[in-house]
Amino acid sequence: MIYEVFRQERKGQPFTHAGSVEAPNGEYAESYAREQFGRRGESVALWVVPRSAVHEIDEFVDELERNYHRVDGYPLKEKLKEARERAGTAGDR
Amino acid sequence: MNAQELLAIADDELILGWRNSEWTGIAPFLEEDVAFSSIAQNEIGHARAIYQIVAAELGTTADELAFDRKPAEYRCSQFVELRVVPDWARTIARQVLYEQADEKRIKALMESEDEQVAGLAAKIDREEAYHRMHAQMWDERLQDEPRYVEALEEMRPLVDRRDGHLPEFEQLWEEMTEVRRSVPGATW
Repeated sequence: MIYEVFRQERKGQPFTHAGSVEAPNGEYAESYAREQFGRRGESVALWVVPRSAVHEIDEFVDELERNYHRVDGYPLKEKLKEARERAGTAGDR
Repeated sequence: MNAQELLAIADDELILGWRNSEWTGIAPFLEEDVAFSSIAQNEIGHARAIYQIVAAELGTTADELAFDRKPAEYRCSQFVELRVVPDWARTIARQVLYEQADEKRIKALMESEDEQVAGLAAKIDREEAYHRMHAQMWDERLQDEPRYVEALEEMRPLVDRRDGHLPEFEQLWEEMTEVRRSVPGATW
């Protein structure tokens, strides 16, 4: 069975994907995750999750190409320039 | 606990660590390879820490104790000298029996009147907890496997045999001390 391992580098930080381990059960997975992602002081905590428990979503429908939903569909550069001119701070930076 | 008894423990850890490291690169699967190699490294680390305490008492160094004695002077058991590669069932059988015996020994050291020894034993015990977990996990997985059960029976009487060394110990010693003997006094 494949287990996905997430690690937290410092307390309070988000967990990030560290890699995966193959193991016959959760107990082995824990042991292997410890050895591979925790023994060099690189993690303060690990999440070990069976891959089957991870719901993967890889389809994002955007048939009408509504670019205003996307970051690149909302350019700020021009708007910022105008705002700065109005405020009389243009050219300060 | 006198220096000679501590040396026996350190020698056991060094030689078992050496034997276990023979699996590096060829363990049954990748994750186990990493885990078992790391256990081997920990064992050698425990040996080093114990040698340092003994060395201070005997007026020598950990490296000299580990590498400069003659084979006959090592106090390890024949049990850890056994070359078990490529037999994984025997490897795990030895590991399980060793961890059981070692746990008792380490717990006794934790009660030592020598604070330095007791302190080190407590640290070692915290690492050994993971080794024991690993051994137990394999024990449960292989418990119905005839080859494993046979290996346990075959090896159980050998755990604390210290009357001389096995023939294969000589070769291990040769390999283990080769670099040190080729450049006496080198440090790195």
